[in-house]
Amino acid sequence: MPNWIAACNVGDIDAEDVMRFDHGGRSYAIYRSPDDVYYATDGLCTHEQVHLADGLVMGGIIECPKHNGRFDYRSGEAKGAPVCVNLRVHAVKVEGGKVMIDAG
Amino acid sequence: MDTPLPTPHDYSLTGASSRYALAHGLANAEWYRAPIPRARMKDLMKRSDGPALRDTLIWAAAFLVTGGLALYAWPTLWSIPFFIAYGVLYGSSSDSRWHECGHGTAFKTPWMNDAIYQIACFMIMREPTVWRWSHARHHTDTIIVGRDPEVAVMRPTVILKVILLFFAVPQVWGEIKSLVRHARGQLTPDEADYIPESERPRVYRTARIWLAIHLAVIALSAYLGSILPMLFVGPLPTMYGAWVHVLTGLTQHAGLPENVLDHRLNCRTVYMNPVLRFIYWNMNYHVEHHMFPMVPYHRLPELHEEMKKYCPPPYPGVLAAYAEIIPAILRQVKEPGWSVERPLPRDYPAQAMAAE
Repeated sequence: MPNWIAACNVGDIDAEDVMRFDHGGRSYAIYRSPDDVYYATDGLCTHEQVHLADGLVMGGIIECPKHNGRFDYRSGEAKGAPVCVNLRVHAVKVEGGKVMIDAG
Repeated sequence: MDTPLPTPHDYSLTGASSRYALAHGLANAEWYRAPIPRARMKDLMKRSDGPALRDTLIWAAAFLVTGGLALYAWPTLWSIPFFIAYGVLYGSSSDSRWHECGHGTAFKTPWMNDAIYQIACFMIMREPTVWRWSHARHHTDTIIVGRDPEVAVMRPTVILKVILLFFAVPQVWGEIKSLVRHARGQLTPDEADYIPESERPRVYRTARIWLAIHLAVIALSAYLGSILPMLFVGPLPTMYGAWVHVLTGLTQHAGLPENVLDHRLNCRTVYMNPVLRFIYWNMNYHVEHHMFPMVPYHRLPELHEEMKKYCPPPYPGVLAAYAEIIPAILRQVKEPGWSVERPLPRDYPAQAMAAE
């Protein structure tokens, strides 16, 4: 059963950027891709507990700000050392000007 | 039960200091970050190939010129200055190249970072997979005793060891032992602490390839009856060319406090001349690099301008840095608990320490 939560307003995030969203004691990263699609993943790098929202979005990649760990934020796939474990992705929908994520 | 701070410090990654760091929140902790606006940070982190391509072309040309002249002048004494210059390129400028390309920030194009990373690692004799992981830990737990595998000057200071650093003796001897160990498919307990299982086959394969190259160079020298091939490739240029990277590298952390969670307290930013900055790829902006490691080396001077109001004053030059470092490490021979205190701006004090 999806647990939809409003994470931010459409337009709160620049194109090709990321924003941190904390809810229920967990941290999420919300992305807006260069082609204007929203995505969401867990907010912390799977290598060490670093907030990905401080990192750099390059196309479909989020780079951890601490160690250059890179993930495809659309699939969560880890793209090489020092990240070896994939990132959990969350479903996203846009409704009524809000970006909603499935926090379940 | 509280874990006591071991005295003297145990710099192994599986010993008493490591347990202390884990028990006191010093491992994988939250560090101070200067409040630079997100938009500016995004701009500073942006990648490009241009500056590193330009610098790499100059670098390659410098190798050809100095190496060519050294070869031409051999075996006269006139070859010595050219070998000194070649050695600095081989054994010192490779330090910053492996480092920046290891962070993946020098070039925008990943394969360019990877190619220069592999070449520079070979020159400075740092195994690429091992050092990628050790350096990740160095950034997570900078100068946290028992966690950071890259503490250059351990306490109490052993002065002979510091002097030998300038000739890369501990580095090269350690690396030869390490290559043999890895070629046999073995890791030390410290290495096993920071290198994941999935990466280990890569460590063993690289060690075997490197050993084969080193043995081939030795064999060529024996066949020619000349030391010349070994002066160009292998441990010798790593050693006779190390002094510049040690001179610049010791300014990074030597004499500064261990077990603090603020890079403004345990790193130095030192102004250097353009030649040193070319060799060192701007790592003299070391507070900036540690606080924001994903900013490419060629943007660090701009980051420095953004950050300096949050930081202690930079050192005006290498001499000023050593005027502090030499007395500090000499004092740490007898007083290993003492360290240099950096003055933080009144408006931007240190955050509360996890260990307190």
